[in-house]
Amino acid sequence: MNRAENGADNSARAEILGRVRAALLDVGGDLPDAPVVAPAGAGAGAAPGDLVALFAERVADYRATVVRCSPDDLTAAVAAALPAGARVVVPAGLPDDVRAGIPDPIADTGLSATELDAVDAVVTRCRVGIAETGTIVLDHEPDQGRRAITLVPDHHVCVVDAGQVVPDVPDAFALLDPHRPQTWISGPSATSDIELDRVEGVHGPRRLLVIVVDPA
Amino acid sequence: MTGTFVGMPAFPSAARAALADTQLRHNLAHATGVIRGKRAAVVGEVDNWEELRLAGAAVKERALLALDTQLVRLEESLTAHGAVVHWARDAEEANRIVVGLARAHEVDEVVKVKSMLTQEIGLNEALEAAGIAAWETDLAELIVQLGGDLPSHILVPAIHRNRAEIREIFARRMGEVGRPAPADLTDEPAVLAGAAREHLREKFLRARMAVSGANFAVADTGTLVVVESEGNGRMCLTLPEVLVSIVGIEKVVPTWAELDPLLRLLPRSSTGERMNPYTSTWSGITPGDGPQEVHVVLLDNGRTRALADEVGRQALRCIRCSACLNVCPVYERTGGHAYGSVYPGPIGAILNPLLRGTGDPQTDALPYASSLCGACFEACPVRIDIPEVLVHLRSQVVDGHREDRVPKPEAVAFRGAGWAFGDARRLDRAERLSSLAGRLLRRRGRTSLGRLPGPGSAWTDARDLPAPPTESFRDWWRRTDGGERP
Repeated sequence: MNRAENGADNSARAEILGRVRAALLDVGGDLPDAPVVAPAGAGAGAAPGDLVALFAERVADYRATVVRCSPDDLTAAVAAALPAGARVVVPAGLPDDVRAGIPDPIADTGLSATELDAVDAVVTRCRVGIAETGTIVLDHEPDQGRRAITLVPDHHVCVVDAGQVVPDVPDAFALLDPHRPQTWISGPSATSDIELDRVEGVHGPRRLLVIVVDPA
Repeated sequence: MTGTFVGMPAFPSAARAALADTQLRHNLAHATGVIRGKRAAVVGEVDNWEELRLAGAAVKERALLALDTQLVRLEESLTAHGAVVHWARDAEEANRIVVGLARAHEVDEVVKVKSMLTQEIGLNEALEAAGIAAWETDLAELIVQLGGDLPSHILVPAIHRNRAEIREIFARRMGEVGRPAPADLTDEPAVLAGAAREHLREKFLRARMAVSGANFAVADTGTLVVVESEGNGRMCLTLPEVLVSIVGIEKVVPTWAELDPLLRLLPRSSTGERMNPYTSTWSGITPGDGPQEVHVVLLDNGRTRALADEVGRQALRCIRCSACLNVCPVYERTGGHAYGSVYPGPIGAILNPLLRGTGDPQTDALPYASSLCGACFEACPVRIDIPEVLVHLRSQVVDGHREDRVPKPEAVAFRGAGWAFGDARRLDRAERLSSLAGRLLRRRGRTSLGRLPGPGSAWTDARDLPAPPTESFRDWWRRTDGGERP
């Protein structure tokens, strides 16, 4: 059903826009068209080393696990992040130095939700890390894969390059493409719905492990 | 199965019942106290919080004051990215569109992301009437739905329930609608959350259609945003083949960059976190990833009525963070049900009359369900001056009764007061009578008047009226020579 097939929709559209215009008659005149620029976020101008330390601290504050390593140790760090015998799904574009740490990786070839439910873990990269809020942002490019693969398995290992960490939310907005689907992740799945007691692990991954790769 | 707000008594009588429920008051005092503390801590971390509030308010205002242009732009960008846009004037029209889409895909169940708007329009009931089951997947919404209950808070709809009550609801009801709760279910929050995970996972994995709202809709890029914690939102937004998002027309944000202050303000104000665990954004369809059929229903349902109110339109800036509820002394004692709407608390006290119009006893009572202390304005991340709108709406309620053939008791009382205050001798006589009454009452140890007889009872049923002072100000002035003598 599209709008052309639905006459009711067309009259609703005209009527709602008419009501909006009538409601705004008092405003009149031209409106400022320039976007609102919010104040800069915290940490602007911080030294890169401090930024990554803050990022690691804030991610850990969400009861995610943070591991820092050098580029040479990355493969070993990935291997150590996975439980023994875990079935691990990986996106098609995962770099070789990450993939080498995973025994028998399962390539995502459009697995169904039920098939993904039988997988234990997933390993991906990300697009941006936000220090102030301890957030990783996935934009689901080939090194991160479809949204479903980082959602259904219970254990998510995410590799973040230290150079990908930005100070605060506005810095991330400037780097991200609004037309790509995005998933902003701050810690593992959590709820506070029962007496405001925070519980980690509801529907998304119950464990989030972030590997920060420091510059060589 | 779900309750309904239709036919709820007006605030004064609903509040009286709520105040007598000690379990409810205990649950609420604990929950609002915890969340106030968390919010204060993370707001305190941000040096330029006030500047950020101003920016957040300005972004929403920019969208609202050019809403027609913004909506047309949003429709264009959504359509360009493969979404189908529908427009709905009211609840009935929106529900008909969603039911029609479910029928067209021959589904008999949908999974739902927590959405205030779908509750506002009674979507679950409309789907149920059409033979389609709507499964709430947010933990708190699941508790409310299984309990045949009503939400009482914007963010934590089951805030009025404690763990023992939740355990009982899960044990009794889960098996009737799907996977039963485990036999050894305890009332530990982690155990209860685990039971919800198992119960809902089978529904996520098989569902073919999902319904969501949206926290924000970006006009120039067609990006929709859903903010959540549990991952149930991500499940609904990505696993089913068909996604229907119902979006209030006030959710528009002009540009992608202008989401920034709102995403910084919302989690800190709402859950007291630096960032919520999951934020999902999508713009139309992404081939090979997520739903391959995406519908967006743009809904008015009273929003243009609110927009036409020059003082009240600022309420449409609301980002549903619920900070105003958690700081409100009235909400903390009565809970959300007394407001008779999915929008309770200070924001509900202005939003409901603005969306629905004044003129019925239920909405007319809401602008008075406040002490006007102003804590809500201080807490609001987009600076909605709720007390200003409350006073404005009170005047609308009063104006609505000017032509009544039988005047309201308040009007009679104030006319009498006007007469007495209009002449110094009359006032003097009235004060002497009043201080005599005060002396008599206090001699009997009474500090308040208790229940007044006749029409005055409507006032004293919901308020304590203090006993009159034993001496008037003018008597005191005469006796002490203006405070010169003791």
